Amino acid sequence: MDAGADRSTSGEAPLLEVEDVTLQYKTKQHLVTATYRVGFRVYRGDRFVLLGPSGCGKSTLLKGVAGFLRPVEGRIRLNGNLVQRPGPDRMMVFQEFDQLLPWKTVTQNVAFPLLASKRCQSKEAEERALSYIARVKLLEFRDVYPHMLSGGMKQRVAIARAMAMEPDILLMDEPFAALDALTRRKMQEELLQLWSDIRFTVLFVTHSIEEAIIVGNRILVLSPHPGQVKAELNSEHGHATAGDREFLALQQRIHRMLFAEAVEDTRVRV
Amino acid sequence: MKTIERTLPVPPTRPEFERAIADARNVGEIVRPLSIWERVTNITAVRRLSLLVLLAVIWQVYSSWLDNPLLFPTFSEVVRSFWHDLVNGELIARTGVSLKVLLLGYAAGIAIAAVLTTFAVSTRIGTDLLSTLTSMFNPLPAIALLPLALLWFGLGNPSLIFVLIHSVLWPVSLNTHSGFLGVSETLRMAGHNYGLAGIRFVLRILVPAAFPSILTGLKVGWAFAWRTLIAAELVFGVSSGSGGLGWYIFENRNELEIANVFAGLFTVMVIGLVVESVVFRTIEAHTVRKWGMQR
Repeated sequence: MDAGADRSTSGEAPLLEVEDVTLQYKTKQHLVTATYRVGFRVYRGDRFVLLGPSGCGKSTLLKGVAGFLRPVEGRIRLNGNLVQRPGPDRMMVFQEFDQLLPWKTVTQNVAFPLLASKRCQSKEAEERALSYIARVKLLEFRDVYPHMLSGGMKQRVAIARAMAMEPDILLMDEPFAALDALTRRKMQEELLQLWSDIRFTVLFVTHSIEEAIIVGNRILVLSPHPGQVKAELNSEHGHATAGDREFLALQQRIHRMLFAEAVEDTRVRV
Repeated sequence: MKTIERTLPVPPTRPEFERAIADARNVGEIVRPLSIWERVTNITAVRRLSLLVLLAVIWQVYSSWLDNPLLFPTFSEVVRSFWHDLVNGELIARTGVSLKVLLLGYAAGIAIAAVLTTFAVSTRIGTDLLSTLTSMFNPLPAIALLPLALLWFGLGNPSLIFVLIHSVLWPVSLNTHSGFLGVSETLRMAGHNYGLAGIRFVLRILVPAAFPSILTGLKVGWAFAWRTLIAAELVFGVSSGSGGLGWYIFENRNELEIANVFAGLFTVMVIGLVVESVVFRTIEAHTVRKWGMQR
């Protein structure tokens, strides 16, 4: 709610600054306000989670950061530069499995953005692609077309593709939501492992409280219709501490925040 | 009335157990090679060839029973005159003339369609233009434009190419454009995310993603082009000295060489079969099938 509250203790400049952003999109009949004056700051190395029920504009917010949507009010800055259009410095991992290009093999898919953005020559791009494919443990499937992969493997390729670009920030829009529970857990573990290996910055959207606590180190809780910031919390939990008393307490706390709407609405907001 | 006695179902308590998994080698047949019959009938070419043979046999039997070579010659007769004109080079020459014009018109039509659909997919006014033009001109038979084309371009290849472009352009544009519209939002966003825009976006994302529809458009366009060409040649026949296949059919009908008329039609069909089963099939196998977009 007030951006002054989350100033970094070390005085380091934030990587991503979202200041009082209002986002609107048009449907056939309506102009929908998805978020209303949302602000937050993401620092280098953060695993920043946007959490909220459906309709809180968290995916729209991510699209705003990605540059697919212009804010009607407020500013989004990455490294101090205003975000105005989509670009390869913010790589997006989508929820849908069809985000891979079906006409390219796994390696070609991972190498394609490197080539399309003219960041690498073809040989260098392939080498880099292979090293990231190895990181997500898909080396033996490198010459396979996406339609032959399972859902979890496709998401791993999408993550490798995004990370191979070595973007300033990785944007993940409920990347594991369409996976089965066992695969989802495995993917979360792998994501955390990758993070501790190479320390990327990720902005992660989810509607699962548990996933937010496990994946994130900082959680932005949003309220719906339109999306507004309700709280920003810290989490130091992973799979190892899932089910701990503190974990459960945090889970309860967020749960109450999200589902105590009736009480919240009576309160006057400034 | 007595109270109905209802007992809530209680599932019985069962003991837990764990089991060792049987060795897969003892299970028996897990992978079995297909029988020869299954493997042979799995080959598309074999199934299609046997269909063709069946059709030829039906033709032969019916025409022998009819016994009227003037109206409906037998299959063997048609094959004989087909072979005769093939060997003396006449059919090949005629086909060559037709194919040259056909390919010119086809290529020009596709090129114009590419420009039109790229324009349509990048601007709203382009979309309006394409859909208006398509709904106006697509129902118009190319042959109906032939008299006009003859007035404008004279007797000869230019007017043939004009009507060919007309017959190819609309189905190809229509299919390509609807294919572009069907490309999923996720793929579009992924493309923009890489920094692709404009013509690079169309070529590297939209065209491959819409390839199944584009291919359908190309096939329909090819068939329309053939129909138009043969019909146009039948109507105004010979151009610049040597006529094409349509003219060959027309000439032989005038001379009541009905078997040769059939041989001409037969040639069109054979070319159609070859183009479909060799050219388009190869393209399909290396693109949409390999990518899992089509079975």
